[in-house]
Amino acid sequence: MPDLSVRIGGLTLANPVMPASGTFGPELGEVFDLDRLGALVTKSVTPEPRRGNPTPRVAETGQGLLNSIGIPGKGIEAWIAYDLPVWRRFAAPLVVSLSAPTASAFAEAARALTVEGVAAIEANISCPNLEADGRAFAAEPGPAAAAIAAMRGATRLPIWAKLSPNTGDAAAVARACEEAGADALVVANTILGLAIDLATLRPALGAGMGGYSGPGFKPIALRLVWQCAQAVRIPVIGCGGIATGQDAVEFLAAGATAVQVGTASFIQPAAMLQVIEGISAFCTARGFSRVSDLTGIALPSLQRIAAE
Amino acid sequence: MDGSAGPFPVTTHLGRVIASVPVGARYHRLLAEAPALSAAVEPGQFCHLLCPGAYLRRPMSVWRAGAQEPLGFLFRVAGPGTAALAGLREGDTLDAMGPLGRGFTLDPGWGRILVLARGVGLATLSLLARRAVSLDIGVTAILSARDPADMMAEAFCGAVPMDLRLVHDSDGSSDPAAVGMMIEAEFIRARPDAVFTCGSDRLLRLLQEIAARHGVLGEAAIEQRMGCALGLCFACVRRIATPDGPRDLRVCREGPVFDLQSVEAW
Repeated sequence: MPDLSVRIGGLTLANPVMPASGTFGPELGEVFDLDRLGALVTKSVTPEPRRGNPTPRVAETGQGLLNSIGIPGKGIEAWIAYDLPVWRRFAAPLVVSLSAPTASAFAEAARALTVEGVAAIEANISCPNLEADGRAFAAEPGPAAAAIAAMRGATRLPIWAKLSPNTGDAAAVARACEEAGADALVVANTILGLAIDLATLRPALGAGMGGYSGPGFKPIALRLVWQCAQAVRIPVIGCGGIATGQDAVEFLAAGATAVQVGTASFIQPAAMLQVIEGISAFCTARGFSRVSDLTGIALPSLQRIAAE
Repeated sequence: MDGSAGPFPVTTHLGRVIASVPVGARYHRLLAEAPALSAAVEPGQFCHLLCPGAYLRRPMSVWRAGAQEPLGFLFRVAGPGTAALAGLREGDTLDAMGPLGRGFTLDPGWGRILVLARGVGLATLSLLARRAVSLDIGVTAILSARDPADMMAEAFCGAVPMDLRLVHDSDGSSDPAAVGMMIEAEFIRARPDAVFTCGSDRLLRLLQEIAARHGVLGEAAIEQRMGCALGLCFACVRRIATPDGPRDLRVCREGPVFDLQSVEAW
């Protein structure tokens, strides 16, 4: 049995597999024991209640899913009062995804989330920045770093910056987040896309554009992990189209220390367990005694290994 | 895998298709052997079906189910996913995740229910109506369709005795005003203890008004595009009146069956 444990900043996870934010909730506990996961990742919590976007909020397109949910939620105060106690019933480390409209709102919310039971904060900086005409924080290094730095000053919890593929220079954004104090990077959020409903000749989603995820997005996410892992020394968590142990091993080899599984859970609700078992089987078959030995093995330099 | 319950009530069941038959010009029925799932499903609940060749699963309300009975779905072939399901043949595997969602309320003490179904909404209400008859509850069923060729009365009740009223667009009998008068007449003829509807927002509004005026309980099954069907993604919300005010509730989780009067216009 290979050692599946990994370290993400100061946090040790029993295995490198966790859900992607927005595709997971305590409800999945009706399908399998969630404490078998390396970590739990919540839907994005926002400072204020939000209604979310008009329906339809999802559409199938090619080998993937287009979504524009709009981060509906009850706001951080009610989340801490009503949702956090539910999450505390699980033993796996809890990572709270946080989305906010300004850098200072990110900081204030990060401070509010610094409570017993929260193991880390995942900063969803792919959301629109109200101080930059609604452009995503993660689209450019400056606003991304500003949001992370503001949070860094407000919490002692590990901060994971979730990067966006919707940027011209992911490596530069990655470096900016590292310099601003991020403990890890999650690479990546969904990529913007569009589908047209041929019956109505209108966008298939109520909001128009949406984020594309699933197998069709995997090579793009893998490339982003590869670029970001070479740009920073903090751990990278790979995310995008992972459905099997083989998919996960590709991300580990490209520089990821852990992986997130999202849309695949919509197809096979126990996909994350299959990914854990698949990684373990790969390690056994190929003689890797520790899954962490796979991290960055395909990178052109040994810089990742030196950083461990 | 075909065993569920315990601490993990939802799972993917691999059933064997035993019948796959077109119904009329636009519909299809699929029967599969999936004993554990079929026995566990309540009327109004649904399954999330893997469609060969399509990426996402498709949510499908259950048309036939029961202990020692095959699991059945009756659906309109509307796109690549449902076309793939219709392409399944006897002996093929049907991957069905379920049972999902909250089903209908059925009180064994009731004497009669009235169901109002439009189009393929009758598939959802068929299992409820048959279950009601098995509990000695009388069923008045008003079924609405485009035309007689599109009407699936046989698929709705089979050999189970019910009072059927068929209305069609082709002769104007399905017009909401006409259907409203028909429901009022049924309330006089044999007043139901509860009313149920699925398949049309216009008929939903109509039934809300009549049921409220007569002080009769009701439930509606709501359709919505879904992602995960497990309550994770919040794709399938619908505006619902709750004691705490209007809320966007998940059709897959808090539904697909809601109190009739609670369903608000989106």
